[in-house]
Amino acid sequence: MGCDVLVIGGGATGLGVVRDAAMRGWSAVLVERVDLGQGTTGRFHGLLHSGGRYVVSDPRSATECAEENAILRRIAADAVEDTGGLFVTTPADDPAYADRFLAGCAEHGVAAEEVPVAEALRREPRLNPAISRAFEVADASIDSWTLLWGNARSAREHGARILPYHWVTGVLRDGDRVAGVTAQDNRGHREVRIEAGFTINAAGVWAGQLADMAGCPGVTVVPGKGIMIAMNHRLVGTVINRCELPGDGDILVPIHTVCVIGTTDVKAPTPDDLSIARDQVQEMLDAGEVLVPGFRESRALHAWSGSRPLFTDERADGAQDTRHMSRGLALVDHLERDGVEGFLTITGGKLTTYRLMAETVVDAMGEQLGDPRPCRTAAEPLPGSEDGRPYWLGSRLRRQEEVMPDDQLICECELMQRSRLEAAAASRPGLNLDDVRRVLRLGMGPCQGGFCTYRAAGVLHAIGDADGPRADELLLQFLHHRWLGIEPILAGRGMRQACIDDWIFQGALDVEHLPVTPPA
Amino acid sequence: MAHPLHDAVRGSLDNCVKCTICETYCPVSAATPLFPGPKYVGPQAERFRGEGPSPDDSLTWCSSCGICTHVCPQGVKIAEINSIAKAEMAAERGIPLRDRLIARPTLAGRLGAPVAPLANRLARNRLVRAAVERAVGVHRRAALPTWAGRTFQSRTRLRRQPPGRPGERPAVVYFHGCAANYYETHTAEMAVRVLEMQGLDVIVPRQGCCGLPLQSNGLYPAARHYVRRLAGSLAPYARAGHDIVSTSTSCGLMLKREAREILDMEDDDDLRAVSGRMYDICEYLALMHERGELRTDLLTPLDMEVPYHAPCQLRGHGVGTPAMDLMRLIPGLRPRQVDAVCCGVAGTYGLKREKYDVAMAVGEPVFGQVRESGAELSVCDSETCRWHIAEATGVPSVHPVAMLHRSYGLG
Ligand SMILES: Cc1cc2nc3c(=O)[nH]c(=O)nc-3n(C[C@H](O)[C@H](O)[C@H](O)COP(=O)(O)OP(=O)(O)OC[C@H]3O[C@@H](n4cnc5c(N)ncnc54)[C@H](O)[C@@H]3O)c2cc1C
Ligand code: SF4
Ligand code: SF4
Ligand code: SF4
Repeated sequence: MGCDVLVIGGGATGLGVVRDAAMRGWSAVLVERVDLGQGTTGRFHGLLHSGGRYVVSDPRSATECAEENAILRRIAADAVEDTGGLFVTTPADDPAYADRFLAGCAEHGVAAEEVPVAEALRREPRLNPAISRAFEVADASIDSWTLLWGNARSAREHGARILPYHWVTGVLRDGDRVAGVTAQDNRGHREVRIEAGFTINAAGVWAGQLADMAGCPGVTVVPGKGIMIAMNHRLVGTVINRCELPGDGDILVPIHTVCVIGTTDVKAPTPDDLSIARDQVQEMLDAGEVLVPGFRESRALHAWSGSRPLFTDERADGAQDTRHMSRGLALVDHLERDGVEGFLTITGGKLTTYRLMAETVVDAMGEQLGDPRPCRTAAEPLPGSEDGRPYWLGSRLRRQEEVMPDDQLICECELMQRSRLEAAAASRPGLNLDDVRRVLRLGMGPCQGGFCTYRAAGVLHAIGDADGPRADELLLQFLHHRWLGIEPILAGRGMRQACIDDWIFQGALDVEHLPVTPPA
Repeated sequence: MAHPLHDAVRGSLDNCVKCTICETYCPVSAATPLFPGPKYVGPQAERFRGEGPSPDDSLTWCSSCGICTHVCPQGVKIAEINSIAKAEMAAERGIPLRDRLIARPTLAGRLGAPVAPLANRLARNRLVRAAVERAVGVHRRAALPTWAGRTFQSRTRLRRQPPGRPGERPAVVYFHGCAANYYETHTAEMAVRVLEMQGLDVIVPRQGCCGLPLQSNGLYPAARHYVRRLAGSLAPYARAGHDIVSTSTSCGLMLKREAREILDMEDDDDLRAVSGRMYDICEYLALMHERGELRTDLLTPLDMEVPYHAPCQLRGHGVGTPAMDLMRLIPGLRPRQVDAVCCGVAGTYGLKREKYDVAMAVGEPVFGQVRESGAELSVCDSETCRWHIAEATGVPSVHPVAMLHRSYGLG
């Protein structure tokens, strides 16, 4: 297999790059070691930044966010919900920061306007009534999976090939040039060799590993791990930020049917470490309490963690406290740095700036190739977003209303119909239930898969996509993954739910004794 | 719409464990595939509701019978979540003229009463009903009550006493509600006689509508206005220590509980005073019996079997089935409780053109048992249910006090 451009990493950045390159007319291939969005992109907080968060601590990121925010609202409307955002000064915050914040917004192109406290409380009645100031900004929530599928579809329409479950195991070198990769095809269980005129490393927090493989050592991407907790329903309809220098647990993001409190920031031992520390769970719930009194008594649904790709070049600066490392994008020119041709690394940044990161690295590639071509991604909407209408909370309910009662509901909480599951299975034979979760939100509602997992496995079996043992395996695998995010927050009403789910799976279905080995 | 109580209602969705018990008891979802059921429109759909109207029109199939809330083992305020969502939808989209009309029984009552014979004839006329169905959407076969010539209020001037100055005998206040005022004045008369039979003086203050039909049709501000006015006229009696009894299961419940919870009127002092003294009449008489104060010695035998339907709203009172207890005291009377949850009408729901068929399907198990009993009449506490059951079965339906009235030999 050969191509002009090979992109490593199926997160927002990689998908943005492959689309951009394909739109500029290069033949492009993307490889991702597991499914699209299974890295940091599928494990983030859900905020389309207005830039307000960084106006004081990281002004360049602030401006980038503000500009990209406006662009994504246009090109990726379908993934964005226009919740709006508020920065509020709580009694726990330094009251002097608010004026620095306002000045920073004005200076760095971030729109912000002070609103009377009463107005903020009218809009968000559960908000801590002791706040002293409130500022309105253009925050929004963004569904990273919708964004990914939109980019993937568009890239394919422009001729790109996207290969999930292709794990890069080696980078091919042809003298001073990177010439492609070898990858393990984990669906076909074989090794493939992909030759490329140019290779772009968009492996996020794993980018350092890939640079090492290419023989360009010293690109250090520190995993800045953060945990987040989704609450069972929206306690706020607007993104709420503490008006303070960025800290832990200072943002509450309403997204889809939940709201998410986050996040922490600690240096993880490896990019693959997804463990959730219990003291951090408590820290997040306490942080929620500062924004919304009574937060702790609300039902927590699921916890998860992800790692930020925080770039440091060992040649330039030493390791630091991850909270204070830049969120800016990092383009590493390996020709200039290592004397290696045909290879660029793009990492760091934010989901909000994924498009800009793609533009930046594809521009750099064009320059190195002596073939600059103009970027069109800021203007051309993603498939599904052509009408420019943002996503709204009720849209799934509205859609269900149209097909009811003819289409069976598989996931009742998140409203996933049987026809959509069947369509997903038809377009991607052999998918697993976690793939279905990312595409269709299976099992992301209050029961956390208690009532839909066995239905979905049954449907995949009924339509011939999975044989008996495979269906059993899908069921166990999914339950295992869900459990990892429920276990750290088990208390109160979540506990009751877990007990009824457990009764269904152990008591009624006896899944423990299915004739397959449960995942470790 | 956000206030602590709304929070308590919406927040209760967090309790749902998806057990589906509510769905198995909802009479509407059992009768029609058009209604996805309480779990769906309640705790599940609520998570998809934000600012703006609810996107699920199928919500309007919920009849607000309240059964789901009563059966939920986790304390999810399902029916209340539905009511609030329906009200917000109504506020957003505008409320049809029909709903505004049927939500104001005082209006129809006042218009019809002076011309009762004519109004009744028109209301029975097929062509008129077909025209009414087309024009305002009240189903042509839906049971409508019969206007009484004079309202109960206008007949009962003598019983108007000021609060706190009873005669020699203890006094209770009778809250008749609209139905007994304009249509079933005989039920009101019987209730008064039965209460007097117990040695009680009965006071009938001036009183308006409780606002329940407005509430169930989503007209919350108007409903609050009605509640405030009514509570204002009853509160002086409650504060003076008079109990208040009602023959209307739903209107009594409105004052006892629903207005406070659904209309968020927890802070209304008058209403709190009234709520604390509010009794369903059967509940009141059964309590008297427990205290040994009911004149069972004067009950004469009635040798008959009667089917009894406990209306949904009675569950909201949380008092069991006092009507059954009372009827069992009547020698020879064999009351048999109908084995079905809901007759389908749910206040004004079954009147609506688009809901009528569903309401009839919901009520079919009740109708079947009434018909099969071969009884000359059936018994039910709630007036709209009585009209609906009588219309559907051809068997007259009476309030439980009518049985006591008969047994006391009062006519
Ligand atoms: C806790 C947390 C909260 C965040 N919240 C926000 C937020 O609210 N808003 C915002 O804008 N940003 C947020 N971010 C930042 C944002 O999520 C990331 O910057 C962004 O998702 C990174 O995308 P990416 O494509 O660069 O990396 P990734 O999504 O991690 O993609 C890299 C991909 O490379 C793949 N890969 C790795 N090794 C190989 C290999 N050998 N072969 C093939 N593929 C490989 C991985 O599987 C992965 O899918 C948050 C980050 C964290 C950690
Ligand atoms: S409650 Fe469930 S949804 Fe939920 S995850 Fe559920 S079926 Fe799917
Ligand atoms: S109130 Fe009655 S009709 Fe409405 S959902 Fe509950 S049980 Fe069903
Ligand atoms: S009965 Fe209560 S807990 Fe059970 S599904 Fe219905 S609302 Fe949820």
